[in-house]
Amino acid sequence: MDIQELYQEIILDHSRYPRNFGKPKEGNFVEAEGTNPSCGDSIRVFAQLDPQHQIIETICFEGKGCAICMASASLMTEVAKKKKIEQIKALKENLQGFLTGNEKLKEELPEELACLKGVRHFPIRVKCALLPWHALDKLLTHF
Amino acid sequence: MEPIETFRKDFPILSQRVNGYPLVYFDNAATTQKPRQVIDALSNFFLSSNANVHRGLHELSNRATELLEESRQKIAHFIHAQGPEEIVFTKGTTESLNLVASSLGSLLKPAEGILLTEMEHHSNLIPWQQLAKQRGLRLFYLPIKDKEGGLQMEKLEEIFTHNRIAVFSFTHVSNTLGVINPVESLCSIARKHGVISVVDAAQSAGHRLIDVQKIGCDFLAFSGHKMCGPTGIGVLYGKKEWLEKIPPYQFGGNMVLEADFSDSRWKDPPHKFEAGTLPIAEAIGLKAAIDYLCQIGLDKIALHDEQIGSYAYSKISSLPCIIPLGPKGRRAGIVSFSIKGLHPHDFISFCDRYGIALRGGHHCNKPLLSKLGIDSTVRASFYFYNTQNEVDQFMEIAEKCLRFFKLPCN
Repeated sequence: MDIQELYQEIILDHSRYPRNFGKPKEGNFVEAEGTNPSCGDSIRVFAQLDPQHQIIETICFEGKGCAICMASASLMTEVAKKKKIEQIKALKENLQGFLTGNEKLKEELPEELACLKGVRHFPIRVKCALLPWHALDKLLTHF
Repeated sequence: MEPIETFRKDFPILSQRVNGYPLVYFDNAATTQKPRQVIDALSNFFLSSNANVHRGLHELSNRATELLEESRQKIAHFIHAQGPEEIVFTKGTTESLNLVASSLGSLLKPAEGILLTEMEHHSNLIPWQQLAKQRGLRLFYLPIKDKEGGLQMEKLEEIFTHNRIAVFSFTHVSNTLGVINPVESLCSIARKHGVISVVDAAQSAGHRLIDVQKIGCDFLAFSGHKMCGPTGIGVLYGKKEWLEKIPPYQFGGNMVLEADFSDSRWKDPPHKFEAGTLPIAEAIGLKAAIDYLCQIGLDKIALHDEQIGSYAYSKISSLPCIIPLGPKGRRAGIVSFSIKGLHPHDFISFCDRYGIALRGGHHCNKPLLSKLGIDSTVRASFYFYNTQNEVDQFMEIAEKCLRFFKLPCN
C-alpha cells in the first residue's frame, strides 16, 4: 500500500489547516476529551446541542495529534454540524466498522469522509483516525 | 578483527523484507531481536528438559532445576555479584523495581525521602511515586540540565545534605535521551550519605559491562528481552544483606520454608522472592543470551553502541526541522528527536513503508518530555547488529519524508 493512499492531499490540507479549530469563547457548550496514552495525543471536542431536536448546533475542537488524527477531527466537525445525534452515532459506527475491516460499510460513509479510507490499510493508525470520534461519542452522552 | 555487524547472520529475523524493503530494525530500546542460539536454547529446553523446578524428584525436574540454577550462576558472574543468592528472577525490570519499592519501601519510615532523577521512565518512577503516596514518604527529583540531558550532579550533595533521603533510584542509561549516567559516582555519593542506591539497568545490561562491585549499588534491575533474551524474564540483583533484611514481595508456593494454618516462614534469598513457578525456559534463554553476548565481548558491543549512537545523532541533527534530544558528546545508541511541523506518528508510518522500524511517543517517560515541552518524539535505538549503512538508508528515507510532508523549514 502506497503511503500516498494514507496521506491524500485533502488529509494533509485538513491537518495543516484544521477547520473549526479552537476553543469556543462563549456560549453554552458541552465538551469531552479523547486521549491516546501511548503517544500523548489528545483531542477536546466542544458542541452546542439542541436537545429538543436532538441536533448538534455547532461543533469545534482543539488539541494535538498526528496528521491523521487532526484531519479526522477537522472532517468530523464539518460532517457533524447540524446533524441529528442518531445520524452521528451511526456515522461513527460505520466509520469504525469500515476502518476495522468491514468493506461493505464503505457505501454508508458520506463523501466527505472518503479520504479517510486509506487508513484501513494501516491498522496501527486506525486509532489515530478514531480518537476524535471517540471524544464525540463521549460528548453525546450529555444528551 | 571481525566487524561486529557480522553477527547479524545469527539473527534470522533481520534478513527479511518488510513492505518490500530490507528490514531496518531501530527499535532496540523497546526490545532487541533474538539470535538463533537463544531460540535454540528455548526450543531445546522444551524438546528435552521441560519440567517444573525445585519440587520434583524425577529426572526431568532435576535437569530443569540444574539448568535454571546454572542460569542464576551465570547471571551472577555476568554482573559480578558475590554469588547466585544475590540474583532474584523476576519477569522484567518493572517487576524488579516494584519488588524493591514494595519490599524495601515497607522498611522506610514516614517523612523519609526517595530521590529519583527527572529522566526516569515510568518503571522507575510510578512504583516509587505510589509507595510515597501510600506511606507518606517524600519524593525528590535530581534535575536534568536541559534538553542535552545530563544530570545536575552539583545538586546531589545538596539534596542529600538537606533532606532525609533513604533511597536513591536512577537509570544507568536514559531510554529517551541516550544519556549515560555516571553510576559509580552517583552510588558513591549516595553511600557517603548512608543512602541506599538502586540502579535501573534496563537500557545498559547487555549493552555495556555491568559490574555491581565497581558500580557500588545496593540493588540493580534489568530485563532479559532488551539484551537478546526472551521476554518475561528479568533480574533483580540485591546485596545479600539487603535481600536478607527486606520482606518477601509476593507469597505462595516455592518461597515457603514452613507453613501451618496460622503462620509461615520463608526460604532464604533469593528463593523467598520467587513465589510460584518461575519463567524457567525464559531464564534458560537468558543464560544463552549472556553466553552469546560474552562471546562477542561486552566491550566491543559498548563501543559499537556509542559509535553508532554518535554517528546517527550527528546525521539526524543535520536534517532541517529536526530537534534532537540528549547529549552531543558521548552517548548511548539511542537517538530521540522531534520534528518541527510533523507529528512522530506520521514520520514513523512513512518510514515503516520503507521497512524501517522506529518508535514514537513518550517512551513511558511522560514527565521528562513535559518538562522539555515536547509531547512525543521519534526514537531510533540501536544494537550491535545495526550498521552505519542502515543509518544512511534511514537518512535517505527521513529526507524523503520531510520533502513529502513539505515542511515549512524545507
